[in-house]
Amino acid sequence: MITKRIIACLDVRDGRVVKGVQFVDIIDAGDPATQAARHARDGADEIVLLDITATHEGRGTLLDTVRRTARELFVPFCVGGGIRTANDAAQVFEAGADKVSVNSAALRDPALIDAIGRSFGAQAVVVAIDARRDHEAADPVRDARVFVQGGRKSAGRRVVEWAREAEQRGAGEILLTSMDSDGMRTGFDCELTAAVSEAVGIPVIASGGAGTVAHFVDVFGRGKADAALAASIFHFGVSSARSLKEELARTGISVRLPC
Amino acid sequence: MRVTVIDYKAGNLTSVLKALRHLGAEPVVTDGDLSLIEDAERIVLPGVGHFAATDRLDEMGLTKTIRAAIARGVPFLGICVGMQWLYTGSIEAPEQPGLGCFSERCTRFAESTEKVPHVGWNSLDVRPGSRLLAGVEPGEYVYFTHSYKGPVTADTAATTFYIEPFAAAVEHDNVMGVQFHPEKSGATGLKILGNFLSWKTKGAK
Repeated sequence: MITKRIIACLDVRDGRVVKGVQFVDIIDAGDPATQAARHARDGADEIVLLDITATHEGRGTLLDTVRRTARELFVPFCVGGGIRTANDAAQVFEAGADKVSVNSAALRDPALIDAIGRSFGAQAVVVAIDARRDHEAADPVRDARVFVQGGRKSAGRRVVEWAREAEQRGAGEILLTSMDSDGMRTGFDCELTAAVSEAVGIPVIASGGAGTVAHFVDVFGRGKADAALAASIFHFGVSSARSLKEELARTGISVRLPC
Repeated sequence: MRVTVIDYKAGNLTSVLKALRHLGAEPVVTDGDLSLIEDAERIVLPGVGHFAATDRLDEMGLTKTIRAAIARGVPFLGICVGMQWLYTGSIEAPEQPGLGCFSERCTRFAESTEKVPHVGWNSLDVRPGSRLLAGVEPGEYVYFTHSYKGPVTADTAATTFYIEPFAAAVEHDNVMGVQFHPEKSGATGLKILGNFLSWKTKGAK
């Protein structure tokens, strides 16, 4: 039976793992390669590394970080952040990533999705969408808007419509982050996740807001998510993917155990 | 142990090479050098994406050489699209023939309420006697990502259920294939690759 995936997310800046609360208050949480290996050992089904380095100089360290992180990792490994061209993607794959996640560059040039998919397969292309509910719209969830620049700027697109386009262009998965919930530990935006998951035929990874086991139960049930991303819940020894999955299994959710 | 890995530009080989090296093998990549197939001790054919990409194997002139290596008894492992190529073909690209080691065709998952592609960790139901999957316990999980699959037949080494039962692994003498990605399937995947690396012809030392 197919299982729900628990994906450990490492936000990396200048080669170090950091975690922000709503993209500010950034705190240091260690070396990416060490953290990724620990998450895999602790039962994470997949590792996502998102590079949030803003400076051009920091970009060079990304490939080195990916190479070091991938070296002893034998679970799927996705890398995102700053991938602007198919050539950027090729370098990240060469360094050991199995998938790349594209976000603002795909919004600027949607053909980037087609280009990476043609060379590396749809399974290797994750389209990341940063979403906020639109409280001025008739339906704040179904009309949620896509944001860029860490949630500061509207991309002028609706989330559901953009997710559909991404799928048509050959995206293999959607990584949906609720900017309203991100870092708050108050739960995923299940209504928004369900709206996207029902609109596309590819897996949807829910992100933003994980704080308790109940939040994961909720997003796999009501939220119809295929996978869920967690970052801060795993840092600082709060919990491990294994203990989270053991709790999920007790509620009847199918997860990879033992792991 | 030297392992010839065939590069026909169907996705990225880094993870497969890394896993083989981790297990102590020495992978060598060929993107057209036939001698690496002619002298091969082991052959791995990876592959992701569209079945039509396997036409590159014909274009590069590799198909005949691979067929001869298999006939000589060289252990061969196809991964994902590399496994599907072992059948006579796939409805994903009906005009493109496969190698035909297995006489059936690959098909797409049936329409249902479940999503296609099948992406994620799913369990294996291993058939008794499989050498490739020796030591894999009931309920061990491996990582899949695919929309097309091989049928369950006498050569199926393990089945997995998603929408319907399908061939997660196929095995006949020295010809083996896995629909999942052993290089991405944690300890279980490494165990399976290790079985492939230690596979010996029956009766050989």
